[in-house]
Amino acid sequence: MRDFTIQLLQMTLVLALAPLLTGLVRKVKARFQRRLGPPLIQPYRDLRRLIGKDVVMAEQASWLFRVAPYAIFGCIWVAAALVPTFATGLMFSWSGDLIVIAGLLGTARFIQALAGMDIGTSFGGIGASREVMIASLAEPAMIMIIFSVALIAGSTQLSVVADHMLTAHVGLRVSLALALVALLIVALAENARIPADNPATHLELTMVHEAMVLEYSGRHLAMIELGAAVKLLLYMSMIACIFFPLGLAGGLSGARVSVAALLLGAATYAVKLVIGGALLGTFEMSIAKMRVFRLPNFVGGALMLSLLGVLLLFVSRGM
Amino acid sequence: MIDLVAAAIAGFCVLAVAGGLLGRAAAGHFLVYGGCLLLCLGTLGAGLAAMMAPPTTLLLPLGIPWIGVHLRLDALSGFFLFLVGLGSAGASLFAIGYAAHDEQPQRVLPFYPLFLAGMHLVLLADDAFAFQFAWELMSLASWALVLAQHRDPANAQAGFVYLVMAVFSGLAMLLSFALMAGGQGSFAFDAMRASHPAPILAAVAFGLALVGAGSKAGLVPLHVWLPLAHPAAPSHVSALMSGVMTKVALYGFIRVVFDLLGGVPWWAATIVLVLGGVTAVVGVLQAMLERDLKRLLAYSTVENIGIVFVGLGLAMAFRANGFVAGAALAFTAALFHALNHTLFKSLLFFGAGAVLTVTGTRDIDQLGGLIKRMPVTSAAVLAGCLAISALPPMNGFASEWLTFQAVLLRPELPQWGLKLAIPADGALLALAAALAAACFVRMFGIAFLGRPRSIEAAIAHEVDRWSLGAMVGFGTLALLAGLFPGVVIDLLRPVSKAVLGASMPVQMGDPWMTTIPVEASRSSYNAALLALFVALSGGLAAVMVKRLGSRGLRRAPAWDCGFPDPSPMTQYTGGSFAQPVQRVYEGLGYQVREHVDMPPPGATRAARFSTTRSDLVWDWVYRPLGDWVGRIAGALNVLQFLTIRRYLGFVFVALIVLLLALALWQ
Repeated sequence: MRDFTIQLLQMTLVLALAPLLTGLVRKVKARFQRRLGPPLIQPYRDLRRLIGKDVVMAEQASWLFRVAPYAIFGCIWVAAALVPTFATGLMFSWSGDLIVIAGLLGTARFIQALAGMDIGTSFGGIGASREVMIASLAEPAMIMIIFSVALIAGSTQLSVVADHMLTAHVGLRVSLALALVALLIVALAENARIPADNPATHLELTMVHEAMVLEYSGRHLAMIELGAAVKLLLYMSMIACIFFPLGLAGGLSGARVSVAALLLGAATYAVKLVIGGALLGTFEMSIAKMRVFRLPNFVGGALMLSLLGVLLLFVSRGM
Repeated sequence: MIDLVAAAIAGFCVLAVAGGLLGRAAAGHFLVYGGCLLLCLGTLGAGLAAMMAPPTTLLLPLGIPWIGVHLRLDALSGFFLFLVGLGSAGASLFAIGYAAHDEQPQRVLPFYPLFLAGMHLVLLADDAFAFQFAWELMSLASWALVLAQHRDPANAQAGFVYLVMAVFSGLAMLLSFALMAGGQGSFAFDAMRASHPAPILAAVAFGLALVGAGSKAGLVPLHVWLPLAHPAAPSHVSALMSGVMTKVALYGFIRVVFDLLGGVPWWAATIVLVLGGVTAVVGVLQAMLERDLKRLLAYSTVENIGIVFVGLGLAMAFRANGFVAGAALAFTAALFHALNHTLFKSLLFFGAGAVLTVTGTRDIDQLGGLIKRMPVTSAAVLAGCLAISALPPMNGFASEWLTFQAVLLRPELPQWGLKLAIPADGALLALAAALAAACFVRMFGIAFLGRPRSIEAAIAHEVDRWSLGAMVGFGTLALLAGLFPGVVIDLLRPVSKAVLGASMPVQMGDPWMTTIPVEASRSSYNAALLALFVALSGGLAAVMVKRLGSRGLRRAPAWDCGFPDPSPMTQYTGGSFAQPVQRVYEGLGYQVREHVDMPPPGATRAARFSTTRSDLVWDWVYRPLGDWVGRIAGALNVLQFLTIRRYLGFVFVALIVLLLALALWQ
């Protein structure tokens, strides 16, 4: 029962916090530009406004276009529910491991790219084509990062990995450092952040994610925006729980966690999110957007780094 | 059990004769394909039963006098019999509707049942003669089917390349068997199992089997015939060649390497791993760049064969190190992926066939918007695309996930070759999976979504019910195998037990039917539960949003950033969609030259952009080889016009030389 409560709590928490994180990043960026910026809760207002509006849909849109926003949102939300936020030992964590999380995000992206091409405009095509190009490098990089982590923790199960990182004396490892750098790059690319993409632009030929969702409006757009926000939170939680598990409630699996530990976990999680959001905003303000054909070097670098980490782990075993 | 399958093979031969006689009659195709469907359903069931039962044998008084034909049905052939029966049943069902419009049925009907008979017979063969006979029957019958539309010069070329490769493959298999038969010269498989050839002979036999079966399956660099021959045949035959015949080739490889040779050293596993990984990536990249719907699918077959070979290579590596539990996991993953590939690749070829029938074109740049005109076909093809892109909750993901688990299983193998090859293969598999997703976004997005790019696509309509039944059936099976991978894994347990002596743990015992390959704390996957969660949360979101917010929906012209263009030609094409990927991965098996012809400022002529792509395998391996063969043939041409006296002289000299060689050898 308690496990179930924690699971349910985390799922709602993810959904409730995601727009706030997006708002925080925007606020940080605005402050760097010496603007006051929109209030932190602006993303919630945007969502409410979008949900209240009628959908204007292109005449040639098919059923896929209408189903896609909910399917994308469902995939991302379920993937996010598998990532421990403030406590490990999620009730349904055994229903999927890290590779499954990557797979669910892959399904979401697949549907999104198809939805972008459904109307038959050149903007949809440009977005989808660039998205799959970036993903073709980011996804294997993600799998290699998972391999690094799994080889160290002896499991691809995220809860077990977090527990291992929390309790065992992992120490400083070259492979983990490589995996962290690679994961940061992948997270930037996958979440359409600068330098891979610009989440604030709407009328630029350099855009990727926004070009795919250009034809969406009303409640459909709201679902896609919310999905994107949850995805950002998911990556931040994943980085936090693998590389900075400090304070995460749980510890040894099977043991009962006290309420105090849960509260501590929640508090540290909040701190981690604030730090992560601030760092992301700062990073985005300090770097320029890359040309699309420079991106393969950037994301391909992540692939090479993570592959190097895995090779190191394989070579250093049994010597 | 085995006599039933033998009877089914005889039935195929009868149907072939009937097809020859009734080829032009209206009911001919109905009889042949319907008969094949029933027989295949029978062999499918027999295969299922044989997986659970002990091996049965049968000796037929055919073939070489006094030796006869040895047939045997064990768990391994049982599984492949199930797979071949399933794929062939689907293709026959599809063909009942699809082939009704065939212009020259007499070119297909006699050979189709023969092709099925050949594939079934390969699986039953228990001596090298029967195997070789069946292997060549399969090759020749499919070659005749490739040439069904032989007036197309491209098809004639495809047929030629296919024949050369098929002969090469048969020769390599023959030599491999000859080496395994050893000095006693007994061609029965039992004798080969019992004999233990010297390591060097075993190594050569392994290499020949890899080349022979690999060229039939489409292993790089022996894959070049596949994208030529598979699309040339009628679509239901393409589905059989890609979805089923490549699996028979895999069976040949497994039979020789895992069973007859009985374990190979670790370096052999390294070779298979490297070839498999390279095959997966090269295949999918070529598929990504292809415009022709069926060629795209054929290249993607190359990719999937690579994935299966990676699984088999892992199994060989673990087995060579005495880690049979790991070998069982990798072997199960490989066979699972083979089954999955049969399901989704056949489905996709059916879809391509349906599109071809309705629109008359295989060029994706002539299509578009089919999702509205062909809703059922599109939905089935979409399921196939999701499955082949290895996305949850479809079956392709389940088998790739298992393969990844096998890669992670044992990093502490002692050999350096494996230490490097296994993680590299993990990366190549992940790359191939991501590129496959890109490739099938492109295929489905260009051909089925958007606006129609030609009149034919705009007036397309749904195909007949037989074809739809085949597509929907295979789509459902692909989904079910993805939702309940435990069922398939448990089905494969006796096969891996028979081949490796170990099997994966029972999966269906878990109360939630979770797939747990090793142990729960290591990794687990519950596809059905996750799919339910996704459906629930997506549905919940839809209901909540509509309840709390607006329900209205208005149709309007597309927004397109305020600059809508009425011409569907402004949409992304296959070429433009692939361009970013094409630039990024240039050099991996292909080379691209982009020509920009930009008129000077003020000139009124149009600017032009064109690309030329060259296949490096073809340029570096096959063209030099062809030139070389041509030169030697030219040099030997003088031998053609000699007098009879000289020919007799040659025979005499050859005899002397051979006798001398024998004398020195003794």
